[in-house]
Amino acid sequence: MATIEGLLQQLDTLLLVVCAFGALAAAATMLFVREPMRVALALVASMILLGGIYGLLGIHFVAAFQVLIYVGAVMVFIVYAIMLLERREASVRRYSRLFVPGIAGLVILLGAIVASVWKPLPAPVRELGDVSFGISAFSVAFLTEYWLLFELTSVLLVAAVVAAIAVLGVGRKDARHG
Amino acid sequence: MDRTQLLIGVAVALFSIGLVGVVVRRNVLVMLMCMELMLNGANLSLITFAQQTATTVGAVVVFLVFVVATVEIALAIPIVLLLVRDKHTLDIGAYSELRG
Repeated sequence: MATIEGLLQQLDTLLLVVCAFGALAAAATMLFVREPMRVALALVASMILLGGIYGLLGIHFVAAFQVLIYVGAVMVFIVYAIMLLERREASVRRYSRLFVPGIAGLVILLGAIVASVWKPLPAPVRELGDVSFGISAFSVAFLTEYWLLFELTSVLLVAAVVAAIAVLGVGRKDARHG
Repeated sequence: MDRTQLLIGVAVALFSIGLVGVVVRRNVLVMLMCMELMLNGANLSLITFAQQTATTVGAVVVFLVFVVATVEIALAIPIVLLLVRDKHTLDIGAYSELRG
């Protein structure tokens, strides 16, 4: 029995490592491919693998949000925009003139990450992968302790709808005058 | 290296790759997607620390980040549509007069 539990834990760790490095590889692909649609597919792959990480950590509702909101809503919207706007722009260079400083900055950042992550962190309150809270505890905390943030979220959404309508109004006015 | 270190490393690496993508790429839509990647990196670090400290606040902030990301895209895409209708290109260099 203990052997099976040990094997399952090892499988869990292996899946976590595969998802983590897969998400990193997909993110790195985004820097190098030219076509926006391929960049979008790499981002979708990265987001799904991150959802897998959240699931393996035991926070299943965030994994569900990740897939439903990010992959299901945000990325579909971006893919629509790509299909609307994509045109063959062979003359456009892939990288800006900040390519060399940008890559140098990335190397420095990655060096800083390796140096900082290598130091031992404080001992966790509970081990990663243990289920610490589910959707019910999250919902109760959200609507009691963090109710102000919940209300602010509604205000932000209303402001976004008004702003989107205003942007579209500007576009229509420009089209009429131009 | 334990799991927490691995996940925090991945989170910061995702954020860095997104930041570099915003700096070096010229396509407006690709830059937007790199911004989304930065938000994903921030989310992963929040979730990892929420798990480590066994508190719900990290998940609450992640939920707010989801809302902010959705709002950002809902506003950014119409603006990009308007800009492209004006200049007929997705190249960020064509919009340099937006500097003011």
